[in-house]
Amino acid sequence: MTTTTHSVPSRWQRLRDSYLWYSFKRDYTAQLCLAVFVCLVFAAFAAPLLAPTDPYDLGQIDILASELPPFWIDGADERYTLGTDAQGRDLLSVILYGARVSLIIGFGAVALQALIGVCFGLLAGYLGGRIDAFLMRLADIQLSFSTLMVAIVVGAVVKATLGSSFYSSYAVLMLVLIIGLAEWPQYARTVRASVLAEKNKEYVDAARVMGLRSKRIMFRHVLPNTLSPIFVISTVQIANAIISEAALSFLGLGMPETHPSLGSLIKSGFDYIQSGSWWITMIPGAVLVVLVLSINLLGDWLRDVMNPRLYKG
Amino acid sequence: MSSPAEAMAANPTPTQNEKSADSLLQIRDLKKRFSLSGDFLEQLRFKGGKLVRHQEYVHAINGVDLDIKRGEALCVVGESGCGKSTVARTVMGLIKPSEGEIRYAGERIDNLSARQLLPYRKRMQMIFQNPYASLNPRMTIQQTLEEPLWLHHPDWNRQNVEAKVYDVMQSVGIDPDWGKRFGHEFSGGQRQRIAIARALAVDPEFIVADEPISALDVSIQAQVLNLLMDAQRERNLTYLFITHDLAVVEHFGTRVAVMYLGTVCEIATTATMFAKPRHPYTQALLSAIPRLEDDRPQHIRLSGEVPTPVNLPSGCVFHGRCPHANARCREEIPHLQTQDDGTRVACHAVEEGRL
Repeated sequence: MTTTTHSVPSRWQRLRDSYLWYSFKRDYTAQLCLAVFVCLVFAAFAAPLLAPTDPYDLGQIDILASELPPFWIDGADERYTLGTDAQGRDLLSVILYGARVSLIIGFGAVALQALIGVCFGLLAGYLGGRIDAFLMRLADIQLSFSTLMVAIVVGAVVKATLGSSFYSSYAVLMLVLIIGLAEWPQYARTVRASVLAEKNKEYVDAARVMGLRSKRIMFRHVLPNTLSPIFVISTVQIANAIISEAALSFLGLGMPETHPSLGSLIKSGFDYIQSGSWWITMIPGAVLVVLVLSINLLGDWLRDVMNPRLYKG
Repeated sequence: MSSPAEAMAANPTPTQNEKSADSLLQIRDLKKRFSLSGDFLEQLRFKGGKLVRHQEYVHAINGVDLDIKRGEALCVVGESGCGKSTVARTVMGLIKPSEGEIRYAGERIDNLSARQLLPYRKRMQMIFQNPYASLNPRMTIQQTLEEPLWLHHPDWNRQNVEAKVYDVMQSVGIDPDWGKRFGHEFSGGQRQRIAIARALAVDPEFIVADEPISALDVSIQAQVLNLLMDAQRERNLTYLFITHDLAVVEHFGTRVAVMYLGTVCEIATTATMFAKPRHPYTQALLSAIPRLEDDRPQHIRLSGEVPTPVNLPSGCVFHGRCPHANARCREEIPHLQTQDDGTRVACHAVEEGRL
């Protein structure tokens, strides 16, 4: 302990001194993935500024210019860099807007999963007993349904009762709800395991001796110490949620044709792949793969850094 | 420093009334069992073709009686697993006792809810064994020390709280400028000082210290011990001090309670205990302290092991290893009995004058 300097390191300085930063500086894969991911997220959310056309505006769509190839193939139109899809929409614009939809659903669903899962995991782990048994059996039951099955059932019921136009107009919200509700047990189990390890530490006893309420102990003392595994599974879960959304859209249960996500773009192009217009499917597919791959590799790196068995901080 | 001890020795037989009048904490016939058998379904066994419910318990404490007087430092000693820490945690309400009662300043506190206990939380605080685990790693020292103040003084403003934190940090020898640092930036001794500061922040009158120095470096132990003694003198604190270090007891304690397998076998003032141990276990324990002189009698070797607390021995828990045990010891549980110098011993041999 140095006693000569009383300067307190700022947050930025703490980050610069941390093992996280140290490891990031040496891991070129992580740097590349973060760069790709940030570029994609930026491009997607800045789509209204970056995209040459607005694919949601029917006035800008020229049906006669449909199925034009990307610029490196003969017969390309210079207005459409990546070509056009079957409805004559500029593929670059649709991909940017579609990536935005995919990312919103991915982040939204993971936020919902994390909200439910963290609360249930904290309650189950900290309070224990019957509450623990009940919540964990609930998680087991939830895990025994696959996401796709839940989505198909919920989608079918909503479409049948409220009509498919209702479903289309609330499709983003529906997908966030479906994917969020289907995957919360991942969070609940991870959080519960960390809480069980943390709650026997003496700082929790000290907080109880102080007289703090259970709620405050759970959220102020235990939760901040279980954040590392939450971060790690969040990256994996975002990638999973984006893939789930793409799969659902590909099956026709997700985003409608008029507001396509990456998954529904792949689906709409799939009908034309045999007729030579492969780019309508392949380019959004490649974007999806790059997006998910970069998130997964970032998650791998984060898991290695934050794994308390490999590194103790 | 031993003036309280001498005062106790000079006044050897306090009557029952006097004792309850000046005792801050009373523990009566405290028992704690921990279930080993899991939940209800796991307890069901087939025995002789019938489904029976089978439960096993660890008997951590079996009928502990203790009185802690205002202003004293009562040390509880005993080997690992004898229930010292369980007594401390039960007193603080961290675990509910299975039987028995705990009274604080005459009021029963063992059956209170968390909210009802809140006023007592301000009067009694705890210091933990491991300073590496007792500070929240995600909170700064300032936050750690402010938290109890905000809770117990909701009417205070920021200036009051910060002034109090400043005072308490200074009183434990931690530079108040270090408040923005995190626990892991400090050494073990400094962390324990911070933990002591947290306990002192709400100005308690009673402190339970559960082996507060055993995780520290030997050179730091004395400093922290002196800090605790200074705090006792300045703030008129009462301590329940759990330890297994007899040298610390001799230095620190006003009275000593010796525990074995969840029961108290002897309570005496520190001076009496070290001069004249009565219970055979205490005698063996004290004779095991390494000494420089070699004219002392050989240390007493106990045979066998400590019995498991799952299946307690009948009668006196110590009978299996006691050189003075007889048939009565194997059947009848001895109770604490006051001797003519105020020492209380739970031993049939002492009672019968065989020892």
